[in-house]
Amino acid sequence: MTEKVVSVNLPVNESLIIKKNRIIPKGGEKKGMRRISIVTGIHGDELEGQYVCYELARRINENIDKLTGIVDIYPALNPMGIGSLTRGIPGFDLDMNRIFPGSKDGSMAEYVASKIIKDIQGSDLCIDIHASNIFLTELPQVRINECTKEKLVPYARKLNIDYIWVHSAATVLESTLAYSLNSIGTPTLVVEMGVGMRITKAYGNQLVDGIFVLMKELGIWSGKVITPKKPIEAIDNEGRVHFINAGHSGIFIPEVNHNIMLKKGEHIGEIVDSLTGTIYEQILSPCDGLLFTLRDFPVVDEGSLIARILEMKED
Amino acid sequence: MQKKVIYEFKSVFRENMDVIGFKFGEGEKSVCIVGALRGNEIQQMYICSQIVKKLKELEADGKIKKNKSIMVIPSVNNYSMNIGKRFWQTDNTDINRMFPGYNLGETTQRVAAGLFDKISGYEYGIQFASFYIPGRFIPHVRMMDTGYEDTEDAINFGLPYVMVRSPKPYDTTTLNYNWQVWNCKAFSVFTQETEHIDEQSAQMAVHSVLMFLARQGIIKYHGHKGYTSTVISYESMVNIKSDQAGIFRRLADINEEVRKGDVIAEIIDPLDGEVKAKIKSTANGVVFFVHDKPLTYANTTLFKIIKTSDLK
Repeated sequence: MTEKVVSVNLPVNESLIIKKNRIIPKGGEKKGMRRISIVTGIHGDELEGQYVCYELARRINENIDKLTGIVDIYPALNPMGIGSLTRGIPGFDLDMNRIFPGSKDGSMAEYVASKIIKDIQGSDLCIDIHASNIFLTELPQVRINECTKEKLVPYARKLNIDYIWVHSAATVLESTLAYSLNSIGTPTLVVEMGVGMRITKAYGNQLVDGIFVLMKELGIWSGKVITPKKPIEAIDNEGRVHFINAGHSGIFIPEVNHNIMLKKGEHIGEIVDSLTGTIYEQILSPCDGLLFTLRDFPVVDEGSLIARILEMKED
Repeated sequence: MQKKVIYEFKSVFRENMDVIGFKFGEGEKSVCIVGALRGNEIQQMYICSQIVKKLKELEADGKIKKNKSIMVIPSVNNYSMNIGKRFWQTDNTDINRMFPGYNLGETTQRVAAGLFDKISGYEYGIQFASFYIPGRFIPHVRMMDTGYEDTEDAINFGLPYVMVRSPKPYDTTTLNYNWQVWNCKAFSVFTQETEHIDEQSAQMAVHSVLMFLARQGIIKYHGHKGYTSTVISYESMVNIKSDQAGIFRRLADINEEVRKGDVIAEIIDPLDGEVKAKIKSTANGVVFFVHDKPLTYANTTLFKIIKTSDLK
């Protein structure tokens, strides 16, 4: 059943409406029933979650007799951003994931944020699906603030993703949806996968399989589920994640594919000058490890992120 | 005066972006003034250019005090300035959300780090800032309540108000916050405009900075003494919003005194011209901020009012 989470009037004969699809068991909603919330589209240029929402709803609808709890699907938290290929909230040039928990007395964006939080609050689990941005391709992964790792890592291990990255806390991230929900007791996992403005169906199916595993674990699904793959786990503050940033502005030409094991010194690509046909910089792996982030957008400025590598031995 | 390249950035196809600073006087690092960190802060850049012009004259007349030096950086994000974009040209990140920066990090982290390295160590830092919501303010000095703020010094700008605001998580990566954390007394000065030049408030800002420098013993300058500033808290101001969207017809302006119940704006239906809502003041006070776009969303702050009781 489609419901309005929040509606705000726009100037010319339109309302900003954020919708959710509440799917309930055939016998109806019952008190004490468990609830999972799947949210995506905070950033208007991240579309991988669209397929996940569609496929999740489709599979549930086809086997509705197996549903034993509530599934809330929020496919577009920033509908104007998605509609206009804008990462932030159009009209404000504002990153929606920096205004949570919002305020009912604040600006339009803060008001919307507060209503979203109120609606999701109380879910037994929330999964917030992101797709990096238009510049980088990411392996399916869950990112967890170290403050919440005890609670969230056990969930993430069942989500059938490739990688769990526990990163250090940063004050600026306290304005995110996930942080705000976790801080009020609604466990929330942040998934990053694929690339902005695109849908990677294989990654979407992989994540949907994992969501069913967690739904079964929470008592929301009684159907068959897969055995989730064992993710690689990394803790940022142990220094195992290497960031490679462009040392020179230019055009990045990759020489490897995403999601491979690299040897220290192995060639990842080069930054070239298309005017003179010369190479500015060779990009080499600083360690043996897994290439879990790779630059997708060719134009780079000095400092642009080219790759992230998780240092590890192949075995 | 020394004109210096404070930071240099190399692009793929564009000419290098040289961030220019103007240094006046010699000796101890007294004050650093930063204008536009964003590509649409035209008013902020203009004010700094006018400060450079005045300081040049004052220096020529020997009015910069001995062992005092002043740095002025009118514009940082020249690339975006030249293409009419607020944030960084490629990834749309905001330099003023990257401080103190990281010289091995992503592009705007590097720009912030390169800049911060050159603008740290000053006793005072002044930034001409802009607000993400479109609107006009009464010119004021804004400070964050970090425990390092000094409202006594802020009063020396002689602007009508000094506003103190509690920092939010996203503020921790702004220039003002990081200046304060690194023991610099930091002030953000807000004037009426961002993308357009308002000559009157720009000249008021130039004058207020010169008065501040004079009162802190950095330059010799005599001019109008300005206002006796009132210190107000951002959180204590009254927000006036509309639950209707449409064309915004403003009936009260900044600096105007309003009474509870006064109609201060109307929201007009954009298609049939009927008045959909009359916006009334909910407090007695002075209009501090007004929305200044012709269209408005519902739930948008249209006015901020300083309560009369806070002016006593």
